[in-house]
Amino acid sequence: MTKVGAPEKLIVNGKRLDGRKFDELRELKVKAGIIPNADGSAEVTLGETKVVAAVYGPREVLPRHLSEPDRAYLNVIYTMISFSTSERVRPGPSRRSVEISKVIKDALAPAIFLEKYPKTKIDVYLEVTNANAGTRTAAINAASVALADAGIEMRDLVASVAAGKADGELLLDLFEPEDNFGEADMPFAMMPRTKEITLLQMDGELSKDEIMRLVEMNTKACEQIYEAQKAALKEKFATEKEAVQETIENSEGDKQ
Amino acid sequence: MEKLYANDRDVVVPGELLAEGMEYLPAGKAFRDGEKIHASTIGIVSIKGRVLKVIPLAGKYMPKKGDAIIGRITNIGHSGWTLDVNSPYNADMNIGEATQEYIDLARTDMSKYFDIGEYVIAEVIAISEAKFIKISAKHRPYRKLKGGNIIEVSPTKIPRIIGKQGSMINLLKDMSGCDVVVGQNGWVWIKGTPEKESLVAKAIKTIEKESHKKGLTDKIKQMLSEVSK
Amino acid sequence: MIQTLKPFMAALLAKQMREDGRGVFDYRPIEIEVNPIPRANGSARVKIGATEVLVGVKMDVAKPFPDTPDEGVLMVNAELSPLANPEFESGPPGPAAVELARVVDRGIRESHAIDVEKLCIVPKEKVWMIFVDIYPMNDDGNLLDAAALAAMIALKKAVIPKYDEKEGQVLHKELTKEKLPMKALPMLTTFGKINGSIFVDPTRREEKALDSRLSIATLEDGTVSAMQKGGFGTFTQKEIAELLELSAEKGKELRKFLK
Repeated sequence: MTKVGAPEKLIVNGKRLDGRKFDELRELKVKAGIIPNADGSAEVTLGETKVVAAVYGPREVLPRHLSEPDRAYLNVIYTMISFSTSERVRPGPSRRSVEISKVIKDALAPAIFLEKYPKTKIDVYLEVTNANAGTRTAAINAASVALADAGIEMRDLVASVAAGKADGELLLDLFEPEDNFGEADMPFAMMPRTKEITLLQMDGELSKDEIMRLVEMNTKACEQIYEAQKAALKEKFATEKEAVQETIENSEGDKQ
Repeated sequence: MEKLYANDRDVVVPGELLAEGMEYLPAGKAFRDGEKIHASTIGIVSIKGRVLKVIPLAGKYMPKKGDAIIGRITNIGHSGWTLDVNSPYNADMNIGEATQEYIDLARTDMSKYFDIGEYVIAEVIAISEAKFIKISAKHRPYRKLKGGNIIEVSPTKIPRIIGKQGSMINLLKDMSGCDVVVGQNGWVWIKGTPEKESLVAKAIKTIEKESHKKGLTDKIKQMLSEVSK
Repeated sequence: MIQTLKPFMAALLAKQMREDGRGVFDYRPIEIEVNPIPRANGSARVKIGATEVLVGVKMDVAKPFPDTPDEGVLMVNAELSPLANPEFESGPPGPAAVELARVVDRGIRESHAIDVEKLCIVPKEKVWMIFVDIYPMNDDGNLLDAAALAAMIALKKAVIPKYDEKEGQVLHKELTKEKLPMKALPMLTTFGKINGSIFVDPTRREEKALDSRLSIATLEDGTVSAMQKGGFGTFTQKEIAELLELSAEKGKELRKFLK
């Protein structure tokens, strides 16, 4: 049964509707340090999907009851800007955005040394400014870079991408028509160093074998995304390299 | 198997592999995971013998014993004051650590010594496991900072603002005639005429932005030699 | 910060100086980006110094208000996300967000900037709704002027989506070649006042130190379409007369960004 508005075919002559190969990522752009007020920030563009991340913290915990004696409280809020979708979405949280905020928090927490910041709060604000599928994965990519930009101690960055199935084919990084009219979508995130998986969701119908093949596909793509995240951070801090001499010599605490 | 993956002065990201082998020792923002040593924040690698140190390039100020920091009084309690020190944690200054004078609470109000909103340059005398920070303004040069203007810079740039053996901060003070006190926590106090304060603030912001550029000292000298309007 | 900030700013202003070296009536450098958001019908990103605001326009078809049965409807909303300022809190729009949206709205509505009569499809039944949503990305003061400028650019560049009369549905993914019918170009200018000294385009630190502020929206011929005073301080009659002159002048400068 075809949904209303579904295109006839999602795969034409072995190519996807946007011309990509089955295991090809959309164009990825990562920029660190774009919001001066934030302690750390980043913008990630994946095809037409754009997400901005701002990190504030570690900072004082308010309301007090959220304070944890032995670790930082991680607060993640994912929102979609009202004009980021074809039909305007009402500002404010929705059940969908609350769930996505939670899975993103669970995707980032394993990578952060939360125990180094007891009784503090780390706020991660994620805003989707233009949506074309893969918003939660772009958000995780932006959040990791923003956390690193803030100088928060982490075991590793977190890279994220989704893969799924459309017209019977296994495809990497579904874009809107594939996400809306395909058979399954599997958002995924991992810490590249150890390949430990920190986000795994599935929507649709897949066999065990298909899932394992998609996990392989996602893992490889995450390694590529990690390189872009690293490059964005190194680019932002590149000018610091020449300041090194002074920093190292004075880092032992020169008194005035 | 002993192997070095990073070079001295490399910029590294969290999780980046620096070396493998138990002979290497992690320092600063580096940690060991099994045989491997990784960076835990964005930083610069400094290799001295077997010690792999990562100097952070970002991150909030975390107080260390002995640091001179500037704090702002936010609360007056029964036996001391609480201060915002531009850190995830607040600092406490006990009544006995505030001043050389004996404070007789029966005759006077604590706010007469330090009131909410006032600034202090103090020494970090202790940090407990639970991250309680104790500071003292009892001995010189620690004291209340009256008037003037407070600006904020990235704590990672403070060494550059102080300069080698204080060369930069002395330049700022001598050429402007202003009083300048630098807190390790990124707050800087400047006192002089409003125009001079504004000029010094501008110079400090320039140092913060261009700490990596050659000829910075000359540029600052030029900025400060501008006669005020 | 407040204890030392106000005396410092006041002392500088008394000598016609500001913390960032600007002239008292100079705006910070302004940068604009037109239509950065493909999903919006029109959008703009405006930077005034380090302040950055993103505004998007979305259109839909609905029943008109009973008292204006053949006019399109303008709705302006602002969300002060904690992303932009460490002091903003999550939650529904508070007084600051509501004031921001309503002041921007007033400048546009009262000047009849949008020709709302041309936005009627079926009188009493179907008209175009224009949603203007304001999202600050970085607050370094004067969100009002940045938001108002971004809103005008977004509206001027907005393209109307296709409307399927038979199905009674907007086809959001398909656009016509028609732009929104605009009749006027109001520009908003905000002034601050500290200890009697007046200046334009306050930074965040200046906002913390100011006694009062006055925002004025003007058209090309100097007609005023909105005014809003904020803060616990006051303004004299003489000051208001001066600012009405100045705001028209500043408005002309800002209007250049609409080309």
